[in-house]
Amino acid sequence: MHEFAIAQNILAICLEYAKEHHAQHIQRITLQFGQMTGVEPEALKGCFALLADRTMAAGAELHIVVVPLTARCQACERVVAIETPHFFCPVCNSPQLTLVSGREMRIEQLEVV
Amino acid sequence: MQITVMEDILGKNDQMARELNQLFTSKGIFTLNLMGSPGAGKTMLLEKTLWQLKDKLRLAVIEGDLFTSKDADRIACCKVPVIQINTSGGCHLDAYMIKSVLPQLDLDELDLLIIENVGNLVCPAEFQLGEDRKVLVLSITEGEDKPLKYPLMFRQSSFIILNKIDLLPYTQFDMAAVKADIFGINPDARLAEASCRTAEGLQPWYDWIKEQVALKKQAIGS
Repeated sequence: MHEFAIAQNILAICLEYAKEHHAQHIQRITLQFGQMTGVEPEALKGCFALLADRTMAAGAELHIVVVPLTARCQACERVVAIETPHFFCPVCNSPQLTLVSGREMRIEQLEVV
Repeated sequence: MQITVMEDILGKNDQMARELNQLFTSKGIFTLNLMGSPGAGKTMLLEKTLWQLKDKLRLAVIEGDLFTSKDADRIACCKVPVIQINTSGGCHLDAYMIKSVLPQLDLDELDLLIIENVGNLVCPAEFQLGEDRKVLVLSITEGEDKPLKYPLMFRQSSFIILNKIDLLPYTQFDMAAVKADIFGINPDARLAEASCRTAEGLQPWYDWIKEQVALKKQAIGS
């Protein structure tokens, strides 16, 4: 249940940004989560709802965008999608891959009033 | 109104971890984050490792545990400095917890710091602690499906110990299949097939630690 710690961080960052912009209420939070992050969206939403109660983020909707797992192949230099937990280039079969995306845990934007 | 944020959710923890790693590096301390399921054999691996290396290297251990000091008590028997962090139910350690206990350690008198994380194959993978390397213990009794179920942990770990090989005759564990899965996820991983109970197969692990400590010392020119 590290979703609780992640929700705490989301709330703290969002409240900070909302205050800076003199917002009254946070309505929606767009989050980017990479395909290769171990976060359970429903657990995260539940934890966030509990924590956000009685703050200006109470009732805010969490919109989660899943970022696909991609890597740059060092052999053929293509950026390729990784479909399975097997880290081989689907084009040239090289195992020498550098992750490009899929490990994000990021707050993209807030909608506030 | 829309506010663009584009900030990493665990950015503060990542920043603290970078600061800790810089501190450890400035002192020439090689730091490991030891992870694995509850019961995989992390503490027994530590006990064997400490007995093996404590005369050659200056060691200390930070023990993460939900509530008890049982693991720390076992490590203390090895006559090595050990600090207990109780997470009170929290499923992982984070960089701030490590920072908070550092005043209890003499960093000028250390070559190797091993942090034993809370037993868990999911959560610790997301929280950097300032370590140089992550190490994973997988016991063969956990089953051969674990690398594919928890690829992040296996991808991030530099050294993976397949523990409890003394129990292989009593299981259907397919060692060749697991190794193929692990190397598929992490082609650069170092592997040891070992029994932490009997100490069989642990020599490559001890050698790797000594090599990494020496590399760290070289890097800071001391």
